[in-house]
Amino acid sequence: MLQNDTDTITGIDVEKVRNDFPLLTRKVFGKPLVYFDNAATSQKPSVVLDALEDYYRRYNSNVHRGVHSLSQEATEAYEEARKKIAAYINAKHSHEIIYTRGTTESINLVAAVFAKEFLKEGDSVLISAMEHHSNIVPWQLVCEEKKAKLEVIGINENGELLMDDFDSKLTGKVKIVAVTYVSNSLGTINPVEEIIAKAHAKNIPVLIDAAQAVVHLPIDVQKLDADFVAFSGHKIYGPTGLGILYGKEEWLNKLPPYQGGGEMIKNVTFEKTTYNDLPYKFEAGTPDVAGAIGLGAAIDYINSLGRDNIFKAEDELLEYAMNALTAVKGLRIIGPLDNRVGSISFLLEGFHPFDVGEILDKLGIAVRTGHHCTQPVMDFFNIPGTVRASLSFYNTKEEIDALVKGLERARVILS
Amino acid sequence: MTINEAQDEIIEEFSFFPEWMDKYEYIIQLAKDLPIIDEQYKTDDNIIKGCQSKVWLHPEYKESKIYFTADSDALITKGLVAMVVRVLSGHTPKEIADAEIYFIDKIGLRTHLSPTRSNGLLSMLKQMKLYAVAYQAKSLQS
Repeated sequence: MLQNDTDTITGIDVEKVRNDFPLLTRKVFGKPLVYFDNAATSQKPSVVLDALEDYYRRYNSNVHRGVHSLSQEATEAYEEARKKIAAYINAKHSHEIIYTRGTTESINLVAAVFAKEFLKEGDSVLISAMEHHSNIVPWQLVCEEKKAKLEVIGINENGELLMDDFDSKLTGKVKIVAVTYVSNSLGTINPVEEIIAKAHAKNIPVLIDAAQAVVHLPIDVQKLDADFVAFSGHKIYGPTGLGILYGKEEWLNKLPPYQGGGEMIKNVTFEKTTYNDLPYKFEAGTPDVAGAIGLGAAIDYINSLGRDNIFKAEDELLEYAMNALTAVKGLRIIGPLDNRVGSISFLLEGFHPFDVGEILDKLGIAVRTGHHCTQPVMDFFNIPGTVRASLSFYNTKEEIDALVKGLERARVILS
Repeated sequence: MTINEAQDEIIEEFSFFPEWMDKYEYIIQLAKDLPIIDEQYKTDDNIIKGCQSKVWLHPEYKESKIYFTADSDALITKGLVAMVVRVLSGHTPKEIADAEIYFIDKIGLRTHLSPTRSNGLLSMLKQMKLYAVAYQAKSLQS
């Protein structure tokens, strides 16, 4: 469902698109900001900021329950956003799009209701060794409660999944597979289509953590045939506080509600409550209306540039960055060298990632340091953490050069 | 030198460095000068874990005063640790327990004390005060 303006890849005029992101003009410690923490959150284009302001200034009201005009307008915009999101990931129905607070809540939702209905003592849940803590802990919690086992697909030294290990652990005891499409700390793109196909051959559903993937790869949930897909709006240029859970209609209908409250009910008496239809069954309480409208605006923005143009620009920048970084003396990439996205984790041999991050910060370069909420990955590589530079299409080659220079500077200062 | 005199001295030293990089180079120098903790004390018991970097802290009680030695796996953290050790080490438990640490704020490194920074510095300060309170209670008993 690619909505390219031109249907051809024309590329991105980076200087022009940078003007769309007001924050990028900032200075930090007197230096022009170089923002390389895009995997944590992306910056927001003006059209998203305008959509938020317009909503609050002109038609802020609660959705779905008001007969008055403002409520109608807000409801329309809110539901229109749902349709845009559904189209963006090629969901069959817009009611397969559940609004949540973020990827974390999306996964917690599935873990909680899936376990309640389908997980029993002696069953297992299969995740991978490169999961973000938010795709580990929710499953750990339900496994503890149900006396089920959490099984983990191993990884190799390049930060890739051991598919043999996956095959051998995909036993009849597995009730659900939950894996990330793209590793946030390693940048690895996982063969999720293969994982889904193999799991489905054994009638096992699959949840895909697409928090990182949704920014850099075209997601087509029907082609993937994923049962659940979780991601956050703020990583694809939308506001914080709104996440998405895609679920196949048949699965969402089979699962019990998550939280109780307003919006998710049809009829309430003290004896019995009947639940609302999809997607509202999973959306208790007043939702993040502004967040949804903001994400809708972000998707419009992506489509206006052309998703393929964005990905092409990112690929070029990634290639440039990998060449530049691997040429830095003593720099070790943690993660694969290809089949990856632009979240580049690395270490400067002999220097603590925290020290490197501190020096880069003082040079105006924002990177992430630490374990990136993937402690098991750091344990696997036996490192205290990494420096992670994560790129976006609005970054420039000059910024990569600034990073390389910053690393050289850090080495001199820290030596 | 009192704890506050030591703090004022550090503030004075940092006033010579208007540039951030100079401040950091000085902190790194301090890190390199820090008398390193005796290897035997670099135990798991003495680890103060931050999210980003680790700190080891060992107290010794001699003639009514506490002497600290410390180390960190990150150089900048180690420099900050060196300054805190310089300010608090060699004082009585009461002086340490009552001390108000203001120099980190004054030299522009307040963010290093925020819990989100998680470099172990804040936890280390708390731990030093806990040791002081413990030795204080012990000396009152005896």
